[in-house]
Amino acid sequence: MSSSPGNVELNEAELTKSRTIVDTPRATNRTRVGVRLRIALPLLILGLVVALLIGLYVGYQPLDLAALKSDPIARAVFFRIRMPRVFMAGIVGASLAMVGAALQALFRNPLADPFTLGVSGGASLGASVAIAFGFGLNLVGVPFIFIAAFVGASVSVLLVYQLARSAGGTMLPGALLLAGVVLNLSASAGVMVIQYLASYGRALQILRWLIGSLDVVGFDLIWKMLIFLIPGWLVLISHARDLHLLATGESDSAASLGVDVRRTERMVFLASSLIVAVTVSVGGAIGFVGLIVPHAARLVFGQDVRVLLPASFLLGAAFLILADTLARVAISPGELPVGAITSLLGGPVFLLLLKRQQRYSAM
Amino acid sequence: MPSSSSSAKTTNIAEPDGLTNGPLIQTRNLSFSYSLLPAVIDVSLSLPRGAMGALIGANGSGKSTLIRLLAGLLEPTKGEVAFNGAPLTNLHPRDRAKRIAYVPQSTSTVFPFTALEVVLTGRSPYSGRFRFESAHDEQIALAALAALDAAHLSARHITELSGGERQLVTVARALAQEPEVMLLDEPASALDLKHRTQLARALRRLRDERGITVLMITHDLMLLDSAADLIFAMKCGRIAASGTPDAVLTDSVLGEVYDSPVRTMRSDGRTFVWSEL
Repeated sequence: MSSSPGNVELNEAELTKSRTIVDTPRATNRTRVGVRLRIALPLLILGLVVALLIGLYVGYQPLDLAALKSDPIARAVFFRIRMPRVFMAGIVGASLAMVGAALQALFRNPLADPFTLGVSGGASLGASVAIAFGFGLNLVGVPFIFIAAFVGASVSVLLVYQLARSAGGTMLPGALLLAGVVLNLSASAGVMVIQYLASYGRALQILRWLIGSLDVVGFDLIWKMLIFLIPGWLVLISHARDLHLLATGESDSAASLGVDVRRTERMVFLASSLIVAVTVSVGGAIGFVGLIVPHAARLVFGQDVRVLLPASFLLGAAFLILADTLARVAISPGELPVGAITSLLGGPVFLLLLKRQQRYSAM
Repeated sequence: MPSSSSSAKTTNIAEPDGLTNGPLIQTRNLSFSYSLLPAVIDVSLSLPRGAMGALIGANGSGKSTLIRLLAGLLEPTKGEVAFNGAPLTNLHPRDRAKRIAYVPQSTSTVFPFTALEVVLTGRSPYSGRFRFESAHDEQIALAALAALDAAHLSARHITELSGGERQLVTVARALAQEPEVMLLDEPASALDLKHRTQLARALRRLRDERGITVLMITHDLMLLDSAADLIFAMKCGRIAASGTPDAVLTDSVLGEVYDSPVRTMRSDGRTFVWSEL
């Protein structure tokens, strides 16, 4: 995406005309970053709308508008099954991608994401415990599985953070990822033990849940998720500048620029744990979304974290909607787990990034 | 470069003996320990406004810890730091960032930000949480790079710069903060001869033109009598000696500070320092 001056002028002019929609009092702000965000947002929203339309249209049976009007069953299928599922994919994708971008900045590690740091693993373990004790997703209220997953996710984040901090307080990138690997292994060992001890029915339930799916009936669950997710999103967005300052240097530099580093860490950990817990307890551990999406956003919109967070959010939504659409139709009438698709894409991306990171072997 | 702040930024030029001005930074019995290991012990020092101070001493003598205490990045275990006569802790971190700039020993980032993006972060104390930097901020950032003869780096990725170039970018970020005092932790350690001189000259010019106070850690004793009017020498966490270059850069004081035979010689108005093998 070239951002030639001509393009920039055009978009600026366009935006000044439609100022009623994006009414900012700082209209004269013309720096590159500000302009970049203003170009990014409309583009990404457009992309998301396209992804939404594709997700809503494509399926076991393509969308038939005429049938939707006349046939109540077709209407139910569309509004109670396909539409909620597409929205669910969007919400989960947006959440994981933004958490990934935030964690990458916070840990100053391009390989950080809820999955690689073991946060999803911790949440999985928490959720498995909840299911084993009979508070399964489909049985009683959703919140308990949220809480159990939240506890698991927060414990993972704190552990990984403590483990990766060397004596001097600096974060060692390699140690961070190793800690994540160890946490993931321990968590899956824990899940195995729980499955082994649980009754046959419960064990099967855990297994099915672990595979993960964005299947949902109706919007009730989505509203419940949003109650927890929206505050988490807002916390992350409101710390975008602090995360940017952390990403450009290290904690001392950020602190000397006025960032309350400890507070930022706490808030971002808390918000990330909450978001990951909610998405994992609903959709299972969908890997690598938080890794691929922020890097794709970087390629197009640059490194500024203040642009990256909203960009990853929108791009993540579009990405998971499309990945889930693929999961639904790839082996139709069967269905692939969406986590398999994201991991198949994410694995190579991770290796590529790892290779590139080794080139800057200052780490 | 127009100074945006209309606050009472005094632009008095320090007298050669500098000490007639009130202290900008003062510590009383300042101590700090990492868990149980004392790093700074009972340090009482006073840095006059407009002074160019240098902090010297052997490795591990507590210089970096002291400068981080002065920058408000560490909480003293005992004693306190006074900035402009008031406790440093009274300053909100963002107000502190407008007055005190800190240049760490080395900056590393894994993300390929451009040098300009990094320097622009020096402007963040001046703008709101949800605001991007203005064109004015960008001007200040570019001018800061230019002042260090590093304007050509502005579009380069920070991950591709050499250690010395990165140091220049970090100092430029501190300049962009338009601070009253700059605290630098070995800013010249990776700089070549030319840029080392350039940095010293830039700091001196900032002091002369804008009354910026400077305290920098250095191992380059040769640069001191032209770059500093006040030297603090640390040994084992304490200030072992302080005073003008003439007073501190002597065989006996340096020999004591570094615990090894050091020789000095004055010629052409410069002091030459070397160590006996």
